[in-house]
Amino acid sequence: MMEAFQEFISFFRLTEPNVRVVFWGSLILCASSGLVGTFTFLRKRSLIGDVISHSVLPGICLAFLIGNEKNLIVLITGASITGWISTYLIDVITAKSKIKTDTAIALVLSVFFGAGILLLTKIQHSGYGSQSGLDSFIFGSAAAMNFSDVKLFGIFGSLMISIVLIFYRGFLLISFDEDYAGAIGFPIRFLKFLLSVITVITVAMGVQSVGVVLMSALLITPAATARFWTHRVPLLAGLAMVFAGVSGILGSAISYTKAGMPTGPWIVVVVSFFAFFSVAFGSQKGIFPKWIRRRVNNKRILGENILKVFYKLSEGTESGYSLQELISSTPVKEADLMNGLRILQKNDLIGKANDKWFLSESGFREAKSVVRKHRLWELYLSKYMNLKADHVHDDAEGIEHVITAEIEKELEKLLDYPTVDPHDSEIPYE
Amino acid sequence: MSSDFWIILTACLVAALNALLGSFLVLRRMAMIGDAISHAVLPGIVIAYFLSQSRATLPMLVGAAATGLLVTALIEFLNRKVKLQSDASIGISFTFLFAVGVIMISYFGTNIDLDQECVLYGEIAYVPMYNIAVGGMDLGPRQVWIVGSVLLFSIVSVIWGYNRLAVTTFDPEFAASVGINVVFWQFFLMGGVSLSTVVSFESVGAVLVIALLVGPAATAYLITNRLTPMIVMAIIAGVMASVIGYYLAKYLNASIAGAISVVIGIQFAITIVIVSIRRRYNRLKYEPSQNAPV
Repeated sequence: MMEAFQEFISFFRLTEPNVRVVFWGSLILCASSGLVGTFTFLRKRSLIGDVISHSVLPGICLAFLIGNEKNLIVLITGASITGWISTYLIDVITAKSKIKTDTAIALVLSVFFGAGILLLTKIQHSGYGSQSGLDSFIFGSAAAMNFSDVKLFGIFGSLMISIVLIFYRGFLLISFDEDYAGAIGFPIRFLKFLLSVITVITVAMGVQSVGVVLMSALLITPAATARFWTHRVPLLAGLAMVFAGVSGILGSAISYTKAGMPTGPWIVVVVSFFAFFSVAFGSQKGIFPKWIRRRVNNKRILGENILKVFYKLSEGTESGYSLQELISSTPVKEADLMNGLRILQKNDLIGKANDKWFLSESGFREAKSVVRKHRLWELYLSKYMNLKADHVHDDAEGIEHVITAEIEKELEKLLDYPTVDPHDSEIPYE
Repeated sequence: MSSDFWIILTACLVAALNALLGSFLVLRRMAMIGDAISHAVLPGIVIAYFLSQSRATLPMLVGAAATGLLVTALIEFLNRKVKLQSDASIGISFTFLFAVGVIMISYFGTNIDLDQECVLYGEIAYVPMYNIAVGGMDLGPRQVWIVGSVLLFSIVSVIWGYNRLAVTTFDPEFAASVGINVVFWQFFLMGGVSLSTVVSFESVGAVLVIALLVGPAATAYLITNRLTPMIVMAIIAGVMASVIGYYLAKYLNASIAGAISVVIGIQFAITIVIVSIRRRYNRLKYEPSQNAPV
């Protein structure tokens, strides 16, 4: 175990030329698939990546049979051709028959992969033996890369990035609204074709380190992971590249510690770890931050509701109120009410004297603001939506907590600084 | 009996089993869930192999069912609770579990009788090597008995729940409104898929199971709209593909499972061409074009 760990650390010293090759190769391959995967993810075609990655296998085998050697450019070309045919077939099948997309995907994927296995076993049984090294394409073997491979990956990788940068707007548009993109004159057929070509080439390159079976994970998972942190596309693509690149390097380093250990599965496990971490803690969509946001929000709403109760009571008399009075004049549950009162007291919005609660000065201002928003909205609904006065309360109950200062200003202007709401209650201004 | 016979018989039984369950998957648009399950059972199978140190069927079933259910739960969780789009939910879940399974194999592979090739395309050629005998009488390969009994069990279960399975497949809302437990039948089917994946695993590997699950069912679905004929045709197509695939593999000296999936693909391609031509022909026959003489 200790030994394995030392091996792992020594990987990052990058002293051996071989290790440097693996390091840069994995980084380039995985980062470019993270970038391309962002668009397949946004187009909700992640599983197409799965099809392509399985479908490059027969292409690799055919290229090997024709070229009779393991020339990377020939193999990538073969892989790209069958990979591209597979996506084309899915479009044809779903367009020309009643077969649904999921079935077409599963069918094309498994049949192409079966054809690949057929050819692979044929190659193995017919004397090329395991020297062909084609096995390493199934689960990936970063260690099988050499320097000229990495140079090639570098060229292709920078080509991908330039294409994405040049056609960024187009790719963005066809990802979100294809019809609109067509309507404003973008060449959507060309853009879709270009995107599928760079996806296929990325996959064909990536199988070297990740393998055909798990390559799809490297298209899908980094982008999906990044989505938990941001909704802005440039950042999404950048983060996806970082997640994929780091996973590529870490996975290669781990598999480097044990001879004969395939690289792909480790890369996938590392990138999945990032994914599960982000599902839990991602700032944008993560479970935990979302839970916290909801709690904070609920507390605020509770507080505002209680302040409102005070205000409404104060429209009658002026002094403080006992707990009983508060309970009887609000639907808020007693436990929540106690909780809310405590929080409000902590924030100096209310005070307590002689077992009676009363609004502080700032609390009174807050309460007035909530009630104002509530009544403005009620008036807006009855005036512009033609709703009856007894129908507008429930809606305003919800909206009063989300109306911002700007919207409030606009409402006031729109309604010409009204003084009373539809129930003839006064709208309180500062 | 010759080993050819036993291998073909095993292949046919596996194909029939998968075609039966696959028909429902195709109709429910859950083909990719089937794909996910067939990948995800791997770590369960490896753990069971490792713990029991044998190829005993029961621990394998338990292990595979556990990870098979785990992946369905994970997909549901990511999709429903975390609101991740469904394609990404599927993709993340099964690649993770499959990767874990492959890593386990490379670590324990030498201790247990399981390697990466077996995962990829099974060992159907070795089926006749593991025979079972009772009282000195050779009863044929163990695998035939296992797959055969699972097939029998599946047929009985599907016949028993046929109506409810059909209703929940075609109209889940109606099914729910007449008091059928839709979730139960969903898990019933998923359980069946896990089961068939496990017993098919040794023969055709984790990846090619999906060809047998989806291919024949899709071919049958091109031809008919009715459930019973579809299932019967799917089974026939699967059995046909197994026989032809076996001889193709023998001719090419290559993987049997690979050859069977190629034949399945060819079957589908031929069917889709014939169906399109016939549809065009029928249209010409019944809707004469405007240029035609009146």
